[in-house]
Amino acid sequence: MQLQQRYNRHIILPEIGEEGQMKLGKAKVLLIGVGGLGSPIALYLAAAGVGRIGLVDDDVVSESNLQRQVLYTESEVGQPKVICAARRLQALNSQLVVDTFPCRLTGENAEELISPYDLVIDGCDNFPTRYLISDVSARLHIPYIYGAIREFDGQVAVFNLPGGKTYRELFPETETSQMETPPKGVMGVLPGVVGCVEASEAIKLITGCGEPLNGKLWTIDLKTMNTFLFSL
Amino acid sequence: MIIKVNNKEMELSSQASLQQLAETLQMPDKGVAVAVNNQMIPRTKWSETILQENDQVVVIKAACGG
Repeated sequence: MQLQQRYNRHIILPEIGEEGQMKLGKAKVLLIGVGGLGSPIALYLAAAGVGRIGLVDDDVVSESNLQRQVLYTESEVGQPKVICAARRLQALNSQLVVDTFPCRLTGENAEELISPYDLVIDGCDNFPTRYLISDVSARLHIPYIYGAIREFDGQVAVFNLPGGKTYRELFPETETSQMETPPKGVMGVLPGVVGCVEASEAIKLITGCGEPLNGKLWTIDLKTMNTFLFSL
Repeated sequence: MIIKVNNKEMELSSQASLQQLAETLQMPDKGVAVAVNNQMIPRTKWSETILQENDQVVVIKAACGG
């Protein structure tokens, strides 16, 4: 398949061009969590021509995932997410290299998992993993594209860029420890909206186009469509 | 004095700090971030942040879903 043809709609954008597309092809992205957020992130980065994507998730597909985790099908219920995701992504883009890590991110493996990649993108579902991603990626000077969802609300930021901020500066651990357990309900399209914004930030960082959400937090409330851009 | 909290107008009877507003609104003592005029204000600075007429206050809940 011709690069020129496949990625033509990127290449004809002056902000991306052939050079930007080449950068995408050389990029290595680690996705932590392949659930609601991870599904659109992985699909759009694979479609965009990102060269290498690592997937970290120890979960299997369950029936209640299908309401929003668009990577998976009914016949995959019970199968490991990273295996199903890798199969789907490689069917979408045979040039893509997928690394599968069917495990949780832990204090022991985080540095080894994160260090080979150019950036880390957040699809996880808990605070401790986010602090771990933030601490390790900050130490390694690897940009961290943060995204999180709750019911109808979503937020995205880019951390660890030079002169930027870290996740701990947005939510210090004192803010989230022993807080009330957030509700499990989520409007199915919410991770689609928020995951696409994360994937967009990844493509911007890799190609150098536009202005990343550096030191900024973007939020959206799908109930009212109120959206804000805050300085951290 | 009129301010906006999450896009809704609110009347404050007298000058108030962000900390006093948080108490009036019974904001939880954990799990939120607050911005005034699109600038995030850490909880440690709420007491010294005095609200002005027409300030836009937005309260964001910590989210951890994915």
